Amino acid sequence: MTTSSTLTEKGRRDCLTGFDVEKVREDFPILKVKVHGKPLVYLDNAATAQKPQVVIDTISTYYMVENSNIHRGIHFLSLQATRAYEDARDKIKHFLNASHTREIIFVRGTTEGINLVAQSYGRPFIKEGDEIVISAMEHHSNIVPWQMLCEQVGAKLRVIPIDDDGELLIDEYGKLLNQRTKFVSVAHLSNALGTISPVKQIIEMAHRFGVPVLLDGAQATPHLKVDVQDLDCDFYAFSGHKLFGPTGVGVLYGKADLLEAMPPYHGGGDMISSVTFEKTLYNVLPYKFEAGTPNIAGGVGLGAAIDYLNGIGLEAVATYEHELLSYATEAVSQIPGVRLIGTAKQKACVLSFVVDDIHAHDVGTILDEEGVAIRTGHHCAMPVMQRFGVPATARASLAFYNTRKEIDTLVAGIRKVKEVFADV
Amino acid sequence: MSDVGQLYQEVILDHYKRPRNFRKLDGASRNAEGYNPLCGDKVTVYAKLEDGVVRDISFQGSGCAISTASASMMTTSLKGRTLAEAEALFASFHRLVTGQPDTAPGRVELGKLAVFSGISEFPIRVKCATLAWHTLHAALERKGQTVSTE
Ligand SMILES: Cc1ncc(COP(=O)(O)O)c(C=O)c1O
Repeated sequence: MTTSSTLTEKGRRDCLTGFDVEKVREDFPILKVKVHGKPLVYLDNAATAQKPQVVIDTISTYYMVENSNIHRGIHFLSLQATRAYEDARDKIKHFLNASHTREIIFVRGTTEGINLVAQSYGRPFIKEGDEIVISAMEHHSNIVPWQMLCEQVGAKLRVIPIDDDGELLIDEYGKLLNQRTKFVSVAHLSNALGTISPVKQIIEMAHRFGVPVLLDGAQATPHLKVDVQDLDCDFYAFSGHKLFGPTGVGVLYGKADLLEAMPPYHGGGDMISSVTFEKTLYNVLPYKFEAGTPNIAGGVGLGAAIDYLNGIGLEAVATYEHELLSYATEAVSQIPGVRLIGTAKQKACVLSFVVDDIHAHDVGTILDEEGVAIRTGHHCAMPVMQRFGVPATARASLAFYNTRKEIDTLVAGIRKVKEVFADV
Repeated sequence: MSDVGQLYQEVILDHYKRPRNFRKLDGASRNAEGYNPLCGDKVTVYAKLEDGVVRDISFQGSGCAISTASASMMTTSLKGRTLAEAEALFASFHRLVTGQPDTAPGRVELGKLAVFSGISEFPIRVKCATLAWHTLHAALERKGQTVSTE
């Protein structure tokens, strides 16, 4: 490992915050994996992020010495497990700067969080002829639940358009808001384009009409500091697995008064305070929305991921990633025939691109041979592909453990793609 | 060890860049659409049948190099073949790209289609290579619906 010390030096020099990427990489065992005999260059973080050793250890320790069902036993282990799970809820409360732990609902992920709101808020409070506003750059999970609701209640979906850079047209959004608008649901950070939307302004404008706003925070939470009170958002959903935590666990934040007014989403154990065949009384928040045995180890693991991220500091992460994204943007856009899709002024972590006359899928296969993992396809955002007139894009998405050297490998890989396709 | 050179052979790249029979077929007696949601590949296959023989065949659509080249080479391989020959060729082609030994009794010479042998090292790309063939199959069976690889 002769290059590693110079790299570390470079990493240190690269970043004024003193962020030592080589040291951080040591925390992620998977980064040592070889792919087709080459070092893994993992640039598919927007799909799911890798897990630090401490998260893996927390989960295995949980199963080794704490495992039990929660909220229902009086024995030692059950109390241990309950405490670990509720501690994680408290960590999440601080992470989002929510006012109460009862506003933190464990769900399977962003998708379930949005579905919960669409059904439990939407069914009782959104009626025929009402309108729901989303944007043109939503993930399918922030489109389909609303379409389903629209079908159920006869409401209408309205879509905020975006410009050629992938920025929301705020004036158009303003025009969409009216007395019929009953809900706004938009991504904080777009997974297909990397755009950071002006969510505070979006929320303010909706609130002038008394309209609640959900933010899809699946992509934002790993990269930006989120303060739900400062944003004044009504709901915020994110996924543990994109935040360096386990799969199968996520969070829905909701303002307590709204959650109180909403009926439960699923029925079953844990979400009740008493059951008879005549009448069932629902449990208090947040348990009213947590039917059945949850992903306990997942919740505990997510708590560990948040501790880990706090240890590094989201500010340091944001600064480092911003610099890395600028480096990558510059390097990739210098390759002839490469067009970036998503060039908003406010961006994070995502580099979506197309290569002239070469399908993204072919780009992905050739990069994979070089050990470079990117995502190719429509990124669960088919309307975005239609908006930009491409069938698919190649997407490199960054995390704080990625390096400039890895970006160089990506760039060399794209050049190889062009070579393979050149001489015919 | 897989190797992209095995996958992206010159013949394949040539058919990708200059697809043959890439047009709508006037007077087609059969057609069907195919779609691969994984990569957004879309293909429409047209065929003109007479007395159980593929008199003419063409395709349109957009897709990756593998799916476009496969569609193009499918059309050049099938013109003038009987329906039975076409189905037998598909079966052999399918065994080739999925890496199964081709010792079946109905085995036919693959000819140029043999360049797709490299696909078997890239299981995720098998759907790309077979999209046009599945679509043709649906057209011949008169399924008429959109074929999806999912
Ligand atoms: C912006 C956005 N929203 C929602 C989701 C869905 O997240 P999950 O599949 O974890 O529920 C994703 C995941 O790709 C995403 O990027």
